[in-house]
Amino acid sequence: MASQTIETDVVIVGAGPCGLFAIFELGLLDIKCHVVDILDKPGGQCAELYPEKPIYDIPGLPIVTGQELTGRLMEQAAPFNPQYHYNQMVTSLRKLENGTFELETDDDIRFKCKVVVVAAGGGSFQPKKPPMPSIDDYEGTSVFYSVKRMEDFRDKDILIVGGGDSALDWVNNLQPIAKSMTLLHRRDDFRAAPDSVNKMRELVAAGKMNLHIGQVTNLHGSDGVLSGATVKGKEGEFEVSCNTMLPFFGLTMKLGPVAEWGLNLEENLVPVDTEKFATSERGIFAIGDINTYPGKLKLILSGFHEAALMSQEAFRIINPGQRLLFQYTTSSSSLQKKLGVA
Amino acid sequence: MAKITFIEHSGKEHVVDGENGMSVMETAVKNMVPGIDADCGGACACATCHVYLQGDWAEKLGERSEMEEDMLDFAFEVQDSSRLSCQIRVSDDIDGLVVKVPEKQF
Repeated sequence: MASQTIETDVVIVGAGPCGLFAIFELGLLDIKCHVVDILDKPGGQCAELYPEKPIYDIPGLPIVTGQELTGRLMEQAAPFNPQYHYNQMVTSLRKLENGTFELETDDDIRFKCKVVVVAAGGGSFQPKKPPMPSIDDYEGTSVFYSVKRMEDFRDKDILIVGGGDSALDWVNNLQPIAKSMTLLHRRDDFRAAPDSVNKMRELVAAGKMNLHIGQVTNLHGSDGVLSGATVKGKEGEFEVSCNTMLPFFGLTMKLGPVAEWGLNLEENLVPVDTEKFATSERGIFAIGDINTYPGKLKLILSGFHEAALMSQEAFRIINPGQRLLFQYTTSSSSLQKKLGVA
Repeated sequence: MAKITFIEHSGKEHVVDGENGMSVMETAVKNMVPGIDADCGGACACATCHVYLQGDWAEKLGERSEMEEDMLDFAFEVQDSSRLSCQIRVSDDIDGLVVKVPEKQF
């Protein structure tokens, strides 16, 4: 059972650039939005894949980084007071008899809304699963890709694999409660914040944990319980004993639950029309990289256009029978009032 | 121009022409070489265009950049010959380059 139910006009699935701009376009039409994203921050791929890298094809912004663009879109959406729900994934979506929708997230929030905008990009970012032989046998019992409750790791012999912030943070956080802690990385150089690297090195120097350089080639254990891993290092193979392993190899995009919402799909994309960007289900729209139509270009600017046109139809669904007046932000005092600039 | 050979995990070879200035990853994608996923589109942000340089190409091409080295942490079965193909620029100097594509880009 969901612990909280929220009623709103629109739920936007995905806080990437297209989802963020949809808040603005819907907001101009007095439509209120809640936004759900699996990441712990807005921006989608812009934030996760290339926050520091320049984008050159946003109209009017000859050069902007993923992070800057995200910041500007957040600012543009802010007057409409959107509510963001991070670190969670919309797991189910169903249409009720009265034509409205009910969505649930894996963080126990339930939404009731009139329109759903799927702006899920390449799908949800999920931890990469290293293709180690037999890793499937241990998932959920001995192999975990995230730490939900630290207590679950108390008194375990833990092997953490990776060299980034997630790996180092969990080494330092779990070491005090673990029975033993081993960090394995492919090189003796770490991407993680220098502070956490220093902390880890101090623990190693004090004999409180082990650091090995190498890569896992095989896992051992039985009945889903890990007993150790074979590691290939510069000097050859050796064994690391552990009953818990946490591999941190970054994130990858997977379509995820969108595939189970009853929408038509074409090669993991959601087909839409190019007038309203509506899916096969009335009231559900798809914009940005997740949709497909003849001539589709996976560009942020295309997603912006799609957000604007989608909003027109969303207005008609949310306000049946009402006339939609087309206005410019430059000249309309009512739009300017909504933006807080009049 | 450079002739580039991509060898799939199965052993199947693809010999393609690389245009100067493009990346080896872009050359693979343009020629529909399987196994080069390039999820991020060449931003050195995903490690899904991982290849193994064959022969003495690792020496010839020189060291990986720090960014590429960091990103290789996200690849699997990294070897001394590992490179991210989005970070190798095509030029006349790399004519005859041979790379092997890993079984999976994960």
